[in-house]
Amino acid sequence: MAVESNVIDAAGPYDRAKALSAFKLGDLTFYWITRLSAISVLLILGGIILSLIVGAFPAIKEYGFAFLWTQRWAPSADPPVLGALGPMYGTLVTSFIAMLIAIPVGLGIAIFLTELCPQWLRRPIGMAVELLAGIPSIIYGMWGFFVLGPFLANTFQPFMIKIFDGVPVLGAIFAGPPSYLSLFNAALILAIMVLPFITSISVDVFKTVPPVLKEAAYGVGCTTWEVVRSVVIPYTRVGIIGGVMLALGRALGETMAVTFIIGNSFRISSSIFAPGTTISAAIASEFAESDGLHQSGLILLGLLLFVLTFFVLAAARLMLLRLEKKAGK
Amino acid sequence: MNPIYARRRRKDIVIRGLCIAAAAFGVTWLALILATLLYNGIAGLNLDLFIADTPPPGSTEGGLRNAIVGSLIMTVIGVGIGAPLGLFAGTYLAEYGRNDRLTSVIRFINDILLSAPSIIIGLFIYGAVVVPMRGFSAIAGSLALAVIVIPVVLRTTEDMLLLVPNALREAASALGLPRSLVIKRIAYRAARSGLITGVLLATARVAGETAPLLFTALSNQFFSLGLNKTMANLPVTINNFVQSPYAYWKQLAWSGALLITITVLALNIGARILGAERTAK
Repeated sequence: MAVESNVIDAAGPYDRAKALSAFKLGDLTFYWITRLSAISVLLILGGIILSLIVGAFPAIKEYGFAFLWTQRWAPSADPPVLGALGPMYGTLVTSFIAMLIAIPVGLGIAIFLTELCPQWLRRPIGMAVELLAGIPSIIYGMWGFFVLGPFLANTFQPFMIKIFDGVPVLGAIFAGPPSYLSLFNAALILAIMVLPFITSISVDVFKTVPPVLKEAAYGVGCTTWEVVRSVVIPYTRVGIIGGVMLALGRALGETMAVTFIIGNSFRISSSIFAPGTTISAAIASEFAESDGLHQSGLILLGLLLFVLTFFVLAAARLMLLRLEKKAGK
Repeated sequence: MNPIYARRRRKDIVIRGLCIAAAAFGVTWLALILATLLYNGIAGLNLDLFIADTPPPGSTEGGLRNAIVGSLIMTVIGVGIGAPLGLFAGTYLAEYGRNDRLTSVIRFINDILLSAPSIIIGLFIYGAVVVPMRGFSAIAGSLALAVIVIPVVLRTTEDMLLLVPNALREAASALGLPRSLVIKRIAYRAARSGLITGVLLATARVAGETAPLLFTALSNQFFSLGLNKTMANLPVTINNFVQSPYAYWKQLAWSGALLITITVLALNIGARILGAERTAK
C-alpha cells in the first residue's frame, strides 16, 4: 500500500500537470475548430454574394437597370442584348401556379394526417409524402418530360382550351395550341415537388396546438372542419405562412425539374400553355456554353434569383421562429 | 335532424372528402413516378450497366460505369469535406454558443443556405473554383456538393445535440472531464444515431444533385479518375441523355434514374429508421 502510494506521489505532480495542459490544449483546439467551422457558414454566404456580384459586374455596368425590363434575349447579337424580363416572368408565374395547387393540397394532406387519418395509416402516408421530398429533382424533370408533358398536352390542355375558348381573360390565359413544353407543365411539377414541404411543416405546426383547445371545441359540438378552421388554423397561421414561404423559396429556385419541360423560350406569352423559361432553367441550359457578356448576364440573373429567394426564405424563417417562441412559452 | 346541423355536417363531410382526396393525390404521384421508373428502368438493369462505359452517340452497347464511379467519388469527397465541417459547426452552435449572438445569426443564415437554390451554389463554385483553376474539374464538383452538405449536417447535428440531456454533461464535468472530452465522449455518443442520420440525409440530398454539377464537374464520356479534370457523373449524364435523339441513350437515362432513386430512397429510409430508433429510446 505504502509503496504504491509513493509511486503515485512521485509520478503524480508531473503527470497531472502534463495531463492538465494536454486537456487545456485539446479544449482550446476543439473550441476553435468548431468555432471556425461555424463561422465558415457565414463565409460561404459572403462568398456566394461576392462571387455573384463580381461575376455579374460586367453585365450590371453594360445594361444597368434596363436589364430588369428588357424582354429581348439575344446573346449572339453584336453587341449582345440581354434582358431578364422573360425569365423573371416565368419564374414568378410558375411558382405562383405551383403554390396555387400545392397550398390547398398540402394543407389538405396535413389536416388528413393530423385529424382524420387512422393511427395505423399515419406513418405510411407521412413517410410516402416525405419520400416524395427525397426524390432528386432531375427525376421529376425526366418524368415530366417523358410522361406528364405528353399526358397533359393530349388531355388536360385541349380540354381547358376548349372550355375557355372565347371567355375574355381566361381565354387568353388558357390559349392553345397544347404543348409538351409549357409554363403550366413546369408549374404542376413544381407543385408536386413542394407539396411535401408544405405538408411536413403544417403537420409539425398543427402538432403545437394544445390538445385542450381542440378538445374544448369538439366538446361544444364543433365538426372536424370547424375545429380546423376556427382553432387549428388561426392558432398556427404564422407557422403555415412560414411553411408556404419556405416552399415558395424552393419553387423559385428549382432547376432541373423545370429545365426539361418549360421549353426555354424567352418570349413572354399570355398563355400558360405556351413555352417559357425561368431564371434557373436559363442558367442551367445556357451557362456551360456561354462566355463574356452572355455569361455575366446569366450570373446577374443568378444574383437576382438569389436576392429574391433570400428575402422569401428569410421571411419564412422569421415567421417560423416567431411560432417557435410562442410554442416555447 | 335540424337543418343547421345537417348543413354543418354536410360541409364537414365534403371537406373531409377533399382532405382524403388530397392525401390520395400526394401518394398517387409517388406511386406513379416510382412505377414509371421501374417500368422503364428495369429493362436496362444488367451487368453491362455497371461494367461498361457510356457509349458514343448511336451505339447500342455500353453502360454507365464511368458515371457511377464518378458520382461515387464526388459524393464521397463532397460528404467527406462537408460532413465534418457541418458536424463541428453544429457542435459549436449546440455546445459552446447556446446563448451566443453569433449562434442565432449562424443558425438563421444556415437555414437560408439549407433551402438556397442549388444552381446558385453551382454559380458560386464556378466563380470561386472553376475560373481560378481555369477549367471544369471533379474537385470543383465535389466542393459544390460539400457546400450543400454543410447546412444539412449542421442543422441535424445541432438538433440532435440539443436533445442530449444536460445532466449527462454535468455528470461528466463533475468527474473532471474537460469540455472537449465531454462533447466528444459523452454528447457525441449519446447522439450518435442522430448524427449518422444527418450525414445519411445529406448524402441522399447530394447523391441526385444535378444543377451544381452542370458547370463545375461538367461531365464526359470516358472513364477518368483525375480530380483536376472533368468527371463523368450520373445526374449530368442523365441530363444529357434524356434530351438526346438516341433510343439507347434514353434507355440508359431511365436505368440511371432508377439507380439514383433507389439509392436516394434507401438512404432516406435508412436515415428515418435510425432516427425512429433514437426517439423510441
